[in-house]
Amino acid sequence: MAILEVQHVSKSFGNKEVLKDISFSLEKGQVLSLIGSSGSGKTTLLRCLNFLERPDGGVIRVNGETLFDAGDAVTGQESEIRKKRLHFGLVFQSFNLFPQYTALQNVMLAKELLEKEKPDYKWRKKEIHAQIEAEAKELLDQMGLSDRMDNYPHQLSGGQCQRVAIARALALKPDILCFDEPTSALDPELTGEVLKVIKSLADQETTMIIVTHEMAFARDVSSQVIFMDDGHIMEQGTPEEVFINPKKERTKQFLSRYTEG
Amino acid sequence: MEFSEQLPIVVQALNQGFLQTLKLFFVTLLGAIPLGLIISFGSMSRFRPLSYLTKIVVWIIRGTPLMIQLLIIYFMPGLMGNNIWGGGESGRFLAASVAFVFNYACYFSEIYRGGIQGVPKGQEEAGLVLGMTKSQIFFKITLLQMIKRIVPPMSNEIITLVKDTSLARIIALQEVIWAGQSFMKGNQGIAGVIWPLFFTAVYYLIFNGILTVLLGRLEKKLEYFR
Repeated sequence: MAILEVQHVSKSFGNKEVLKDISFSLEKGQVLSLIGSSGSGKTTLLRCLNFLERPDGGVIRVNGETLFDAGDAVTGQESEIRKKRLHFGLVFQSFNLFPQYTALQNVMLAKELLEKEKPDYKWRKKEIHAQIEAEAKELLDQMGLSDRMDNYPHQLSGGQCQRVAIARALALKPDILCFDEPTSALDPELTGEVLKVIKSLADQETTMIIVTHEMAFARDVSSQVIFMDDGHIMEQGTPEEVFINPKKERTKQFLSRYTEG
Repeated sequence: MEFSEQLPIVVQALNQGFLQTLKLFFVTLLGAIPLGLIISFGSMSRFRPLSYLTKIVVWIIRGTPLMIQLLIIYFMPGLMGNNIWGGGESGRFLAASVAFVFNYACYFSEIYRGGIQGVPKGQEEAGLVLGMTKSQIFFKITLLQMIKRIVPPMSNEIITLVKDTSLARIIALQEVIWAGQSFMKGNQGIAGVIWPLFFTAVYYLIFNGILTVLLGRLEKKLEYFR
Protein backbone atom coordinates (compact mmCIF):
# COMPACT_ATOMS: atom_id res chain seq x y z
CA MET A 1 0.00 0.00 0.00
CA ALA A 2 1.19 3.48 -0.82
CA ILE A 3 2.29 5.56 2.15
CA LEU A 4 0.92 8.69 0.48
CA GLU A 5 -1.99 9.05 -1.88
CA VAL A 6 -2.91 12.41 -3.34
CA GLN A 7 -6.07 12.51 -5.44
CA HIS A 8 -7.44 15.34 -7.54
CA VAL A 9 -6.02 18.08 -5.37
CA SER A 10 -6.75 21.60 -6.55
CA LYS A 11 -6.00 24.98 -5.09
CA SER A 12 -6.67 28.57 -6.15
CA PHE A 13 -5.50 31.89 -4.79
CA GLY A 14 -8.27 34.31 -5.67
CA ASN A 15 -9.11 33.41 -9.23
CA LYS A 16 -5.66 32.12 -10.04
CA GLU A 17 -5.63 28.34 -10.12
CA VAL A 18 -2.23 27.18 -8.86
CA LEU A 19 -2.91 23.45 -8.55
CA LYS A 20 -5.11 21.66 -11.05
CA ASP A 21 -6.21 18.09 -10.46
CA ILE A 22 -2.99 16.80 -8.90
CA SER A 23 -2.90 13.04 -8.33
CA PHE A 24 0.04 10.83 -7.45
CA SER A 25 1.07 8.25 -4.93
CA LEU A 26 4.28 7.43 -3.16
CA GLU A 27 5.55 4.16 -1.72
CA LYS A 28 7.28 3.90 1.63
CA GLY A 29 11.02 4.46 1.38
CA GLN A 30 10.77 6.15 -1.99
CA VAL A 31 11.99 9.56 -3.00
CA LEU A 32 9.84 11.78 -5.16
CA SER A 33 11.30 14.82 -6.86
CA LEU A 34 9.08 17.67 -7.95
CA ILE A 35 10.62 19.68 -10.74
CA GLY A 36 9.33 22.53 -12.85
CA SER A 37 9.81 26.24 -13.37
CA SER A 38 9.06 28.79 -10.67
CA GLY A 39 5.36 29.40 -10.23
CA SER A 40 4.40 25.95 -11.51
CA GLY A 41 2.83 25.02 -8.15
CA LYS A 42 5.50 22.76 -6.64
CA THR A 43 5.85 24.71 -3.42
CA THR A 44 2.08 25.15 -3.06
CA LEU A 45 1.68 21.40 -3.36
CA LEU A 46 4.18 20.83 -0.53
CA ARG A 47 2.46 23.47 1.55
CA CYS A 48 -0.89 21.73 1.03
CA LEU A 49 0.59 18.45 2.22
CA ASN A 50 1.85 20.19 5.35
CA PHE A 51 -1.47 21.96 5.91
CA LEU A 52 0.06 25.39 5.52
CA GLU A 53 -2.46 25.85 2.73
CA ARG A 54 -5.88 24.28 2.54
CA PRO A 55 -6.66 22.62 -0.83
CA ASP A 56 -9.97 23.59 -2.43
CA GLY A 57 -10.59 20.10 -3.69
CA GLY A 58 -9.21 16.59 -3.47
CA VAL A 59 -8.16 13.97 -0.98
CA ILE A 60 -4.88 13.34 0.86
CA ARG A 61 -4.29 9.95 2.47
CA VAL A 62 -1.35 8.74 4.51
CA ASN A 63 -1.06 5.04 5.32
CA GLY A 64 -4.63 4.63 4.18
CA GLU A 65 -5.93 7.20 6.66
CA THR A 66 -7.75 10.13 5.08
CA LEU A 67 -6.03 13.23 6.42
CA PHE A 68 -7.85 15.65 4.22
CA ASP A 69 -10.95 15.45 2.11
CA ALA A 70 -12.27 18.67 0.66
CA GLY A 71 -15.74 17.10 0.60
CA ASP A 72 -15.64 16.35 4.32
CA ALA A 73 -15.43 19.49 6.47
CA VAL A 74 -14.52 17.50 9.58
CA THR A 75 -11.10 16.72 8.10
CA GLY A 76 -10.36 20.43 7.88
CA GLN A 77 -10.88 21.21 11.55
CA GLU A 78 -8.08 23.23 13.10
CA SER A 79 -7.85 21.02 16.19
CA GLU A 80 -7.32 17.91 14.06
CA ILE A 81 -4.86 19.48 11.69
CA ARG A 82 -2.16 19.88 14.30
CA LYS A 83 -1.85 16.12 14.79
CA LYS A 84 -2.08 15.42 11.08
CA ARG A 85 0.78 17.75 10.32
CA LEU A 86 3.06 15.44 12.24
CA HIS A 87 2.83 12.85 9.47
CA PHE A 88 4.87 15.29 7.42
CA GLY A 89 8.10 17.13 8.03
CA LEU A 90 9.02 20.22 6.08
CA VAL A 91 12.44 21.68 5.40
CA PHE A 92 12.18 25.25 4.14
CA GLN A 93 14.21 27.02 1.52
CA SER A 94 15.12 29.73 4.03
CA PHE A 95 15.73 27.24 6.91
CA ASN A 96 13.48 29.14 9.35
CA LEU A 97 15.56 28.08 12.31
CA PHE A 98 14.58 29.72 15.60
CA PRO A 99 17.32 32.33 16.09
CA GLN A 100 17.12 32.49 19.87
CA TYR A 101 17.85 28.80 20.30
CA THR A 102 21.05 26.84 19.78
CA ALA A 103 21.24 24.14 17.12
CA LEU A 104 20.53 21.51 19.77
CA GLN A 105 17.60 23.45 21.26
CA ASN A 106 16.15 23.95 17.78
CA VAL A 107 16.08 20.20 17.30
CA MET A 108 14.69 19.49 20.78
CA LEU A 109 12.03 22.18 21.18
CA ALA A 110 9.04 20.71 19.33
CA LYS A 111 9.52 17.21 20.72
CA GLU A 112 9.76 18.57 24.21
CA LEU A 113 6.55 20.58 23.81
CA LEU A 114 4.73 17.50 22.52
CA GLU A 115 5.95 15.38 25.42
CA LYS A 116 4.86 18.04 27.89
CA GLU A 117 1.28 17.49 26.84
CA LYS A 118 1.38 13.87 27.87
CA PRO A 119 0.05 13.01 31.32
CA ASP A 120 3.15 11.19 32.56
CA TYR A 121 5.53 14.04 31.67
CA LYS A 122 5.57 15.45 35.20
CA TRP A 123 6.79 12.23 36.76
CA ARG A 124 9.37 11.35 34.15
CA LYS A 125 10.55 14.85 33.26
CA LYS A 126 14.29 14.23 33.61
CA GLU A 127 14.20 10.90 31.90
CA ILE A 128 12.19 12.23 28.95
CA HIS A 129 14.40 15.30 28.62
CA ALA A 130 17.54 13.17 28.63
CA GLN A 131 16.10 10.91 25.98
CA ILE A 132 15.08 13.80 23.73
CA GLU A 133 18.50 15.33 24.14
CA ALA A 134 20.25 12.06 23.31
CA GLU A 135 18.16 11.63 20.18
CA ALA A 136 18.73 15.22 19.10
CA LYS A 137 22.48 14.87 19.57
CA GLU A 138 22.50 11.71 17.55
CA LEU A 139 20.63 13.41 14.73
CA LEU A 140 23.00 16.36 14.70
CA ASP A 141 25.88 13.96 14.78
CA GLN A 142 24.43 12.21 11.77
CA MET A 143 24.25 15.60 10.03
CA GLY A 144 27.95 16.09 10.74
CA LEU A 145 27.29 18.84 13.27
CA SER A 146 28.49 17.29 16.51
CA ASP A 147 30.81 20.23 17.15
CA ARG A 148 28.15 22.83 16.33
CA MET A 149 25.36 21.83 18.72
CA ASP A 150 25.74 24.80 21.03
CA ASN A 151 26.01 27.39 18.28
CA TYR A 152 23.21 29.79 17.49
CA PRO A 153 21.91 29.90 13.91
CA HIS A 154 23.67 33.20 13.12
CA GLN A 155 26.98 31.54 13.98
CA LEU A 156 26.43 28.81 11.41
CA SER A 157 26.88 28.77 7.64
CA GLY A 158 23.83 28.37 5.41
CA GLY A 159 24.66 24.74 4.78
CA GLN A 160 25.01 24.05 8.47
CA CYS A 161 21.72 25.85 9.16
CA GLN A 162 19.94 23.73 6.60
CA ARG A 163 21.38 20.56 8.13
CA VAL A 164 20.13 21.66 11.55
CA ALA A 165 16.72 22.25 9.96
CA ILE A 166 16.77 18.72 8.54
CA ALA A 167 17.65 17.30 11.96
CA ARG A 168 14.84 19.39 13.48
CA ALA A 169 12.33 17.93 11.05
CA LEU A 170 13.62 14.38 11.57
CA ALA A 171 13.36 14.69 15.36
CA LEU A 172 9.59 14.23 15.13
CA LYS A 173 10.02 11.10 13.00
CA PRO A 174 7.63 12.15 10.22
CA ASP A 175 6.32 9.52 7.82
CA ILE A 176 7.22 11.72 4.90
CA LEU A 177 9.90 14.39 4.88
CA CYS A 178 9.36 17.27 2.46
CA PHE A 179 12.01 19.63 1.17
CA ASP A 180 11.12 22.95 -0.40
CA GLU A 181 14.09 23.89 -2.58
CA PRO A 182 16.49 23.06 0.24
CA THR A 183 19.57 24.40 -1.52
CA SER A 184 18.19 27.43 -3.36
CA ALA A 185 19.34 29.85 -0.67
CA LEU A 186 22.84 28.36 -0.57
CA ASP A 187 25.89 29.19 -2.62
CA PRO A 188 27.16 26.33 -4.81
CA GLU A 189 29.91 25.37 -2.40
CA LEU A 190 27.44 24.76 0.43
CA THR A 191 24.85 23.05 -1.77
CA GLY A 192 26.90 19.86 -1.92
CA GLU A 193 27.00 19.24 1.81
CA VAL A 194 23.21 19.51 2.08
CA LEU A 195 22.60 17.28 -0.95
CA LYS A 196 24.97 14.71 0.54
CA VAL A 197 22.88 14.59 3.71
CA ILE A 198 19.66 14.19 1.72
CA LYS A 199 21.29 11.46 -0.32
CA SER A 200 22.28 9.60 2.81
CA LEU A 201 18.69 9.86 4.05
CA ALA A 202 17.53 8.38 0.75
CA ASP A 203 19.99 5.52 1.22
CA GLN A 204 18.38 4.86 4.60
CA GLU A 205 15.03 4.65 2.81
CA THR A 206 13.54 7.80 4.28
CA THR A 207 10.36 8.62 2.41
CA MET A 208 10.89 12.06 0.92
CA ILE A 209 9.37 14.59 -1.42
CA ILE A 210 11.88 17.06 -2.75
CA VAL A 211 11.13 20.25 -4.64
CA THR A 212 14.37 21.08 -6.38
CA HIS A 213 16.08 22.81 -9.26
CA GLU A 214 19.13 20.52 -8.95
CA MET A 215 18.37 18.27 -11.91
CA ALA A 216 21.43 16.04 -11.64
CA PHE A 217 20.66 15.46 -8.00
CA ALA A 218 16.98 14.74 -8.66
CA ARG A 219 17.97 12.21 -11.28
CA ASP A 220 20.43 10.56 -8.97
CA VAL A 221 18.38 10.38 -5.79
CA SER A 222 14.76 9.90 -6.89
CA SER A 223 12.70 6.83 -7.46
CA GLN A 224 9.98 8.97 -8.98
CA VAL A 225 9.94 12.33 -10.71
CA ILE A 226 7.03 14.68 -11.33
CA PHE A 227 7.39 17.55 -13.74
CA MET A 228 4.88 20.28 -13.02
CA ASP A 229 3.85 23.01 -15.38
CA ASP A 230 1.28 25.73 -14.75
CA GLY A 231 -0.37 23.82 -11.90
CA HIS A 232 -0.63 20.54 -13.82
CA ILE A 233 1.37 17.35 -13.55
CA MET A 234 2.82 17.43 -17.04
CA GLU A 235 4.88 14.29 -16.80
CA GLN A 236 5.44 11.67 -14.16
CA GLY A 237 7.63 8.57 -14.00
CA THR A 238 11.00 7.15 -13.08
CA PRO A 239 14.03 9.43 -13.48
CA GLU A 240 14.91 7.57 -16.69
CA GLU A 241 11.46 8.13 -18.13
CA VAL A 242 11.31 11.81 -17.29
CA PHE A 243 14.92 12.87 -17.77
CA ILE A 244 16.06 10.63 -20.61
CA ASN A 245 12.91 9.91 -22.56
CA PRO A 246 10.46 12.69 -21.84
CA LYS A 247 7.28 12.31 -23.86
CA LYS A 248 5.97 15.84 -23.70
CA GLU A 249 7.40 18.69 -25.69
CA ARG A 250 7.13 21.02 -22.67
CA THR A 251 9.25 18.67 -20.55
CA LYS A 252 11.97 18.50 -23.19
CA GLN A 253 11.95 22.26 -23.46
CA PHE A 254 12.28 22.67 -19.69
CA LEU A 255 15.06 20.09 -19.35
CA SER A 256 17.03 21.45 -22.28
CA ARG A 257 17.57 24.69 -20.39
CA TYR A 258 19.43 22.72 -17.73
CA THR A 259 21.52 20.57 -20.08
CA GLU A 260 22.52 23.59 -22.12
CA GLY A 261 23.60 25.49 -19.03
CA MET B 1 17.38 83.56 53.08
CA GLU B 2 20.84 82.48 52.05
CA PHE B 3 21.22 79.97 49.22
CA SER B 4 22.83 77.50 51.60
CA GLU B 5 19.74 77.69 53.76
CA GLN B 6 17.38 77.37 50.80
CA LEU B 7 19.11 74.33 49.33
CA PRO B 8 18.10 71.64 51.86
CA ILE B 9 14.51 72.89 51.93
CA VAL B 10 14.27 72.92 48.14
CA VAL B 11 15.95 69.53 47.71
CA GLN B 12 13.62 67.96 50.21
CA ALA B 13 10.56 69.35 48.45
CA LEU B 14 11.85 68.34 45.05
CA ASN B 15 12.63 64.83 46.31
CA GLN B 16 9.09 64.51 47.47
CA GLY B 17 7.77 65.79 44.15
CA PHE B 18 10.03 63.43 42.25
CA LEU B 19 8.66 60.52 44.23
CA GLN B 20 5.25 61.34 42.78
CA THR B 21 6.85 61.60 39.32
CA LEU B 22 8.38 58.13 39.78
CA LYS B 23 5.10 56.72 40.98
CA LEU B 24 3.30 57.98 37.90
CA PHE B 25 6.13 56.68 35.71
CA PHE B 26 6.05 53.14 37.09
CA VAL B 27 2.26 52.90 37.25
CA THR B 28 2.10 53.98 33.60
CA LEU B 29 4.67 51.38 32.54
CA LEU B 30 3.02 48.61 34.53
CA GLY B 31 -0.37 49.41 33.06
CA ALA B 32 0.57 50.37 29.51
CA ILE B 33 2.92 47.47 28.74
CA PRO B 34 0.20 44.76 28.99
CA LEU B 35 -2.66 47.01 27.84
CA GLY B 36 -0.64 47.92 24.75
CA LEU B 37 -0.35 44.23 23.88
CA ILE B 38 -4.12 43.80 24.10
CA ILE B 39 -4.66 46.88 21.92
CA SER B 40 -2.13 45.62 19.37
CA PHE B 41 -3.96 42.28 19.16
CA GLY B 42 -7.16 44.28 18.66
CA SER B 43 -5.71 46.28 15.79
CA MET B 44 -4.35 43.11 14.17
CA SER B 45 -7.61 41.22 14.63
CA ARG B 46 -9.13 39.60 11.57
CA PHE B 47 -12.54 40.64 12.93
CA ARG B 48 -12.83 43.90 10.96
CA PRO B 49 -15.13 45.92 13.29
CA LEU B 50 -12.73 45.31 16.18
CA SER B 51 -9.63 46.26 14.23
CA TYR B 52 -11.30 49.41 12.84
CA LEU B 53 -12.55 50.46 16.26
CA THR B 54 -9.11 49.92 17.77
CA LYS B 55 -7.44 51.87 15.00
CA ILE B 56 -9.84 54.79 15.46
CA VAL B 57 -9.18 54.87 19.21
CA VAL B 58 -5.42 54.74 18.64
CA TRP B 59 -5.72 57.51 16.06
CA ILE B 60 -7.62 59.77 18.49
CA ILE B 61 -5.27 59.12 21.39
CA ARG B 62 -2.11 59.57 19.36
CA GLY B 63 -3.57 62.43 17.39
CA THR B 64 -4.40 64.69 20.33
CA PRO B 65 -2.15 66.18 23.02
CA LEU B 66 -1.76 64.17 26.20
CA MET B 67 -2.30 67.43 28.06
CA ILE B 68 -5.82 67.78 26.64
CA GLN B 69 -6.53 64.14 27.46
CA LEU B 70 -5.44 64.75 31.04
CA LEU B 71 -7.76 67.74 31.33
CA ILE B 72 -10.71 65.91 29.82
CA ILE B 73 -10.25 62.79 31.92
CA TYR B 74 -9.83 64.79 35.11
CA PHE B 75 -12.52 67.43 34.66
CA MET B 76 -15.16 65.78 32.46
CA PRO B 77 -16.71 63.50 35.12
CA GLY B 78 -17.11 66.46 37.48
CA LEU B 79 -18.63 68.68 34.78
CA MET B 80 -21.12 65.94 34.06
CA GLY B 81 -22.12 65.94 37.68
CA ASN B 82 -20.28 62.90 38.94
CA ASN B 83 -16.73 63.53 40.09
CA ILE B 84 -15.52 59.95 40.19
CA TRP B 85 -11.96 61.00 41.05
CA GLY B 86 -12.78 62.52 44.39
CA GLY B 87 -10.79 65.46 45.63
CA GLY B 88 -7.21 65.78 46.66
CA GLU B 89 -3.88 64.48 45.48
CA SER B 90 -4.97 60.82 45.32
CA GLY B 91 -7.83 61.69 42.96
CA ARG B 92 -5.49 63.66 40.72
CA PHE B 93 -3.01 60.81 40.72
CA LEU B 94 -5.68 58.31 39.76
CA ALA B 95 -6.94 60.49 36.90
CA ALA B 96 -3.38 61.13 35.69
CA SER B 97 -2.62 57.39 35.83
CA VAL B 98 -5.65 56.54 33.71
CA ALA B 99 -4.75 59.17 31.10
CA PHE B 100 -1.08 58.14 30.98
CA VAL B 101 -1.71 54.39 30.89
CA PHE B 102 -4.18 54.74 28.07
CA ASN B 103 -2.09 57.19 26.08
CA TYR B 104 1.11 55.16 26.38
CA ALA B 105 -0.66 51.85 25.74
CA CYS B 106 -1.72 53.24 22.36
CA TYR B 107 1.85 54.18 21.46
CA PHE B 108 3.17 50.84 22.74
CA SER B 109 0.52 48.95 20.76
CA GLU B 110 1.88 50.37 17.52
CA ILE B 111 5.42 49.45 18.49
CA TYR B 112 4.28 45.91 19.38
CA ARG B 113 2.42 45.61 16.11
CA GLY B 114 5.57 46.50 14.21
CA GLY B 115 7.53 44.06 16.36
CA ILE B 116 5.14 41.17 15.84
CA GLN B 117 4.72 41.78 12.13
CA GLY B 118 8.48 42.15 11.79
CA VAL B 119 9.06 38.54 12.83
CA PRO B 120 9.29 36.60 9.55
CA LYS B 121 6.23 34.53 8.65
CA GLY B 122 8.52 31.54 8.25
CA GLN B 123 9.03 31.38 12.01
CA GLU B 124 5.35 30.73 12.59
CA GLU B 125 5.20 28.26 9.73
CA ALA B 126 8.19 26.36 11.05
CA GLY B 127 6.42 26.11 14.41
CA LEU B 128 3.21 24.95 12.78
CA VAL B 129 4.79 22.16 10.77
CA LEU B 130 6.51 21.02 13.97
CA GLY B 131 3.07 20.53 15.51
CA MET B 132 3.12 23.53 17.84
CA THR B 133 -0.02 25.35 18.90
CA LYS B 134 -0.50 29.06 18.19
CA SER B 135 0.14 29.93 21.80
CA GLN B 136 3.29 27.79 21.96
CA ILE B 137 4.49 29.57 18.85
CA PHE B 138 3.80 32.97 20.38
CA PHE B 139 5.41 32.33 23.74
CA LYS B 140 8.29 30.05 22.69
CA ILE B 141 9.23 31.55 19.36
CA THR B 142 7.74 34.90 18.42
CA LEU B 143 7.73 36.73 21.76
CA LEU B 144 11.47 36.94 22.37
CA GLN B 145 12.17 37.92 18.77
CA MET B 146 9.52 40.58 19.09
CA ILE B 147 11.01 41.86 22.35
CA LYS B 148 14.42 42.12 20.72
CA ARG B 149 12.91 44.19 17.93
CA ILE B 150 10.96 46.54 20.17
CA VAL B 151 13.60 47.30 22.80
CA PRO B 152 15.13 50.27 20.92
CA PRO B 153 11.81 52.01 20.09
CA MET B 154 10.44 51.18 23.54
CA SER B 155 13.52 52.73 25.13
CA ASN B 156 12.71 55.91 23.28
CA GLU B 157 9.14 55.93 24.52
CA ILE B 158 10.15 55.13 28.08
CA ILE B 159 12.59 58.02 28.17
CA THR B 160 9.93 60.31 26.73
CA LEU B 161 7.51 59.07 29.39
CA VAL B 162 9.84 60.20 32.18
CA LYS B 163 9.64 63.75 30.85
CA ASP B 164 5.95 63.54 29.89
CA THR B 165 4.99 62.93 33.52
CA SER B 166 5.56 66.67 33.95
CA LEU B 167 2.38 67.24 31.92
CA ALA B 168 0.42 66.07 34.97
CA ARG B 169 1.30 69.48 36.38
CA ILE B 170 -1.69 70.76 34.37
CA ILE B 171 -4.11 69.10 36.80
CA ALA B 172 -1.94 70.18 39.73
CA LEU B 173 -0.48 66.77 40.45
CA GLN B 174 2.25 67.46 42.94
CA GLU B 175 5.12 66.07 40.95
CA VAL B 176 8.60 67.53 40.72
CA ILE B 177 7.79 70.47 38.41
CA TRP B 178 4.92 71.47 40.66
CA ALA B 179 7.29 71.30 43.64
CA GLY B 180 9.88 73.43 41.85
CA GLN B 181 7.33 75.99 40.82
CA SER B 182 5.98 76.29 44.35
CA PHE B 183 9.06 78.28 45.34
CA MET B 184 8.14 81.02 42.89
CA LYS B 185 4.78 81.59 44.52
CA GLY B 186 6.03 80.96 47.99
CA ASN B 187 6.66 77.81 49.95
CA GLN B 188 8.21 77.34 53.39
CA GLY B 189 9.35 80.92 53.52
CA ILE B 190 10.97 80.88 50.11
CA ALA B 191 9.26 82.95 47.44
CA GLY B 192 10.13 84.49 44.11
CA VAL B 193 13.02 82.16 43.33
CA ILE B 194 13.09 80.40 39.99
CA TRP B 195 16.22 78.24 40.32
CA PRO B 196 14.37 75.32 41.99
CA LEU B 197 12.23 75.02 38.88
CA PHE B 198 15.33 74.95 36.69
CA PHE B 199 16.94 72.51 39.09
CA THR B 200 14.18 69.91 38.49
CA ALA B 201 15.85 69.20 35.14
CA VAL B 202 18.71 67.55 37.02
CA TYR B 203 16.29 64.96 38.41
CA TYR B 204 15.01 64.03 34.97
CA LEU B 205 18.52 63.96 33.57
CA ILE B 206 19.90 61.63 36.24
CA PHE B 207 16.93 59.29 36.16
CA ASN B 208 17.03 59.08 32.37
CA GLY B 209 20.75 58.44 32.57
CA ILE B 210 20.10 55.42 34.77
CA LEU B 211 17.32 54.20 32.46
CA THR B 212 19.51 54.61 29.38
CA VAL B 213 22.17 52.42 30.95
CA LEU B 214 19.66 49.75 32.03
CA LEU B 215 17.86 49.64 28.69
CA GLY B 216 21.19 49.55 26.90
CA ARG B 217 22.13 46.51 28.99
CA LEU B 218 18.87 44.79 28.07
CA GLU B 219 19.56 45.49 24.42
CA LYS B 220 23.04 44.06 24.80
CA LYS B 221 21.69 40.99 26.55
CA LEU B 222 19.48 40.22 23.58
CA GLU B 223 22.38 40.46 21.19
CA TYR B 224 23.18 36.79 21.68
CA PHE B 225 20.94 35.99 18.73
CA ARG B 226 20.10 37.70 15.49
